[in-house]
Amino acid sequence: MKARVTVTLKAGVLDPQGKAIEGALRSLGVNGVASVRQGKVFDIELEGGDPKKAEALLNEAADKLLANTVIENYRVEVLG
Amino acid sequence: MKAAVLVFPGINRERDMARTLRLTSGHEPAMVWHAEHELPAGTDLVVVPGGFSYGDYLRCGAIAARSPVMDAVRKFAAKGGLVLGVCNGFQILCESGLLPGVLMRNENLRFICRDVFLKVERSDTPFTRGYNAGQVIRVPVAHGEGNYIADGETIARLEGEGRVIFRYSSPDGMIDPDWNHNGAINAIAGIVNDRGNVLGMMPHPENHVEAEIGSTDGRGLFAGLAEALKRAA
Repeated sequence: MKARVTVTLKAGVLDPQGKAIEGALRSLGVNGVASVRQGKVFDIELEGGDPKKAEALLNEAADKLLANTVIENYRVEVLG
Repeated sequence: MKAAVLVFPGINRERDMARTLRLTSGHEPAMVWHAEHELPAGTDLVVVPGGFSYGDYLRCGAIAARSPVMDAVRKFAAKGGLVLGVCNGFQILCESGLLPGVLMRNENLRFICRDVFLKVERSDTPFTRGYNAGQVIRVPVAHGEGNYIADGETIARLEGEGRVIFRYSSPDGMIDPDWNHNGAINAIAGIVNDRGNVLGMMPHPENHVEAEIGSTDGRGLFAGLAEALKRAA
């Protein structure tokens, strides 16, 4: 079973990398970008096929390691 | 002093640290591999050195913070044992939950490698008894992620409880954005936990302990620690 965990910075946390990307887009002439926040995507292959169990496992993975919940939020998706 | 220096894959400052501990205390520290489940018997100081544990993969210090030896360090700290984390060691202590907050990418996005000035805020801790409160010391930094941040409530608690031990300052001790190299909130360079027995700091005092290097300003930290441990023994 395939799943995805997306980790993003919480609102209000300064993101110097996002700011740099924002500036680079502007200098490339990509107009209309108001702001950029950088995050991470984890594509995860799971053993077994129970979506309920999968969700619990992904939440555990995110809480224990994938996200630092002091500064980051995460979202889990079971893609089937 | 019976110090234990933790060693993780990718750490590169552990020998500087061991040398400094030996020079300042006269005792050889134990080097403890990350896969160990226990610290050597009689350990009275744990040092988490700098470097790039696990290549800074995921987040700085994130993987090292979850290694077996850190469970032993948590138990040691819970009993009041002294823990010092420098640079990547500070990042590891934050990721392991032993210290609050996070070290983010430097505000200017650059890796900063140079001497900085630190204002010592307190001298009544086992880590800073070798200094006077308000004293300014010159020590090097070498980091890309040293921009300390925590939520407002945590910062208010750290400040209210006097747990900010070092701040980036001018040579005469002024706290000024021009001297806050990495953009850390309130120019925070080092903090202690609520019990005062765990210190994390970004700069490297272990690299300024010999006159040949040009400064001995880091010596006070280690000499003070050795003295504090001798008194406690």
